[in-house]
Amino acid sequence: MGEILLMKGNEALAEAIIRAGADAYFGYPITPQSEVMEYLAAAKPEERTGMVLLQAESELAAINMLYGAGATGKKVITSSSSPGISLMQEGISYMAGAEIPAVIVNVVRGGPGLGTIQPAQSDYFQATKGGGHGDYHLLVLAPNSVQEMADFVPLAFDLAFKYRNPVMILSDGLIGQMMEKVELFDPIPRWTDEYIREHHGSWATIGKTPDRERNIITSLDLVPERMEKHNLHLKEKYDQMEREEVRYEEISTEDAEYLFVAYGSSSRIAMKAVKLAREEGIKVGLLRPITLFPFPKKPLERLADQVKGILTVELSLGQMVEDVKLAVNCRIPVEHYGRVGGMIPTPEEVVEALKTKIINR
Amino acid sequence: MAKVKHHNIPLDQIIKPENIVFKRTKLFTDNVLSYCPGCGHGVAHRLILEVLEEMGIADKTIGIAPVGCSVLAYEFMDIDMQEAAHGRAPALATGIKRTNPDKFVFAYQGDGDLAAIGTAETIHTANRGENITVIFINNGIYGMTGGQMAPTTIYGMKTSTTPYGRDPKQMGHPLKITEIVAQLPGTCYVTRQAVHTPALVRKAKKAIRKAFEYQKQNKGLSFVEIVSNCNSGWKMTPVQAVKWLEENMLPYYPLGDLKDIGLD
Amino acid sequence: MIVGAIVVDTERCKGCELCTQACPFGIISMSEDVNSKGYHYAYLADPYACTGCENCALVCPDTVITVYRMKVEEPSKAKN
Repeated sequence: MGEILLMKGNEALAEAIIRAGADAYFGYPITPQSEVMEYLAAAKPEERTGMVLLQAESELAAINMLYGAGATGKKVITSSSSPGISLMQEGISYMAGAEIPAVIVNVVRGGPGLGTIQPAQSDYFQATKGGGHGDYHLLVLAPNSVQEMADFVPLAFDLAFKYRNPVMILSDGLIGQMMEKVELFDPIPRWTDEYIREHHGSWATIGKTPDRERNIITSLDLVPERMEKHNLHLKEKYDQMEREEVRYEEISTEDAEYLFVAYGSSSRIAMKAVKLAREEGIKVGLLRPITLFPFPKKPLERLADQVKGILTVELSLGQMVEDVKLAVNCRIPVEHYGRVGGMIPTPEEVVEALKTKIINR
Repeated sequence: MAKVKHHNIPLDQIIKPENIVFKRTKLFTDNVLSYCPGCGHGVAHRLILEVLEEMGIADKTIGIAPVGCSVLAYEFMDIDMQEAAHGRAPALATGIKRTNPDKFVFAYQGDGDLAAIGTAETIHTANRGENITVIFINNGIYGMTGGQMAPTTIYGMKTSTTPYGRDPKQMGHPLKITEIVAQLPGTCYVTRQAVHTPALVRKAKKAIRKAFEYQKQNKGLSFVEIVSNCNSGWKMTPVQAVKWLEENMLPYYPLGDLKDIGLD
Repeated sequence: MIVGAIVVDTERCKGCELCTQACPFGIISMSEDVNSKGYHYAYLADPYACTGCENCALVCPDTVITVYRMKVEEPSKAKN
């Protein structure tokens, strides 16, 4: 059993970054996730593991530091919140194109623009549909607890290197700021240069030795035949993610007649709403997508045969609901309930929405 | 012109491997450079590669190509390289060097990349004193996109977006970013060179060598500007362009060291 | 005396003429012929006058010039 602590989501994330054997964190402060870098700075990662910590001059610089370091086979991570993540989109698109592993954490706040510093889930489209230019996807993990803020860091690194693709941990201001019990995993040693050469030397820019061709990290190819081939290669990775990486959780779905679909902080509210509704005799369950890309389409297809209607609960005006509708393909009613601008729905509101939008529609 | 003195040694006696005094460095790939005839990029590429070869550090060097005409620099240099988004090369370099302090890292950038879209990265990377080398090619124009105004376009210079000449009232002033960089305490060696005459090429090579020697000694950021030509963008022949560079670019961008804190 | 020679990779030469300007003796000229890319390429027009000073190669943007140089005894001494 690991060490058990009471921590903020952002702090658990920061501690997990060090324990996951990350080589570097590059970032720029923004509310509501500034605790990440503050925690790291106080924790002296350079002494604990030799991890590099650097406050960049902007999110633009931070993501490009990730690009440079990630392209040498190092485990690199950054965190930010919505406006900062928007600034990073250029670099994220280039990293997806150049196939650079890295982890990007978005502790989402309300938008658009500067929006608010309160929690939101209004960056779902940006996170799951690409975000920057070009045909690409990030693999997106959505933690719904402080525990998962910690546990998803090593998982995200594993997936980033498995696919040589940036992985996003899509959190939100609620998960980042709230305190919960967390059991911390044991530290994972940082990779040695020898390990990197052995496992990633086929692509990483670590210095060309006479025994191999030079390694080039680029997203550019001016020959359309080759660029198309590259895009299809990326597509194959995304298809493989769909086959192998779908993660989700089902709660009280065995006998469910209705279904909530919610991720992250909304799933916590929806869990309570399940309980309240069942006390009233409404048989409702919850499907919680853990990976937002790849999206758990198959379990939704299956549940669409069982339940009479689905309500998505999101801190947005309705983003994930589109993927749910696509998954169930109009077979049953799918509606959305959400609060925005930093407002958070109560479980009672959610139950009421289930009644008005689905049960009594 | 020096006086010609003829000899009668058969050429096949001279053209022998043991008499080679200058040849293409092996660190060039076989690819033909994509640059226009007479473009200074080729010489700048060569000097970097010759320095890496002479210092014996090519196997621990990671180069960064910019966006602009030299976007494909990695096609020509037989070393591990990364291609950066426009202006972000110093951020990449920071990431590489911080996590690989035993490697040599250089960013190769043009004027639009380094002094317009990437100004923030340039300034802050220099100010942090990252132990990297920046090679800055300043030809006062955007070559790749078709000869538009650069931040370093000099007064009155005609480009496709300043067809009547750069007017500072409307377009501001040519940016002497190298002078700004030299002011920053994080930099150890800041110099402005050119490569259009044999003597200047020799000097520029020494400067690039010095810049990498500074990196070897972890003294901070070393920065070599090369005032270069863009015949196509300037709409001149290469020979005319070199003359124009001498007469117009160099008075505004005078050659020489701006900062040199001293090697150990 | 020092004697030299250059060999131009005519296929890679782009005909920029910078070498003709850099040569201290003005003995490099441009060919009438063109290479497969259509460029007039540089050649040593007065081959017995080259000292192998490298100037042409130094300014060549495409590094197409290989320079050879050797020391030979003065012709006057050689005669004796």
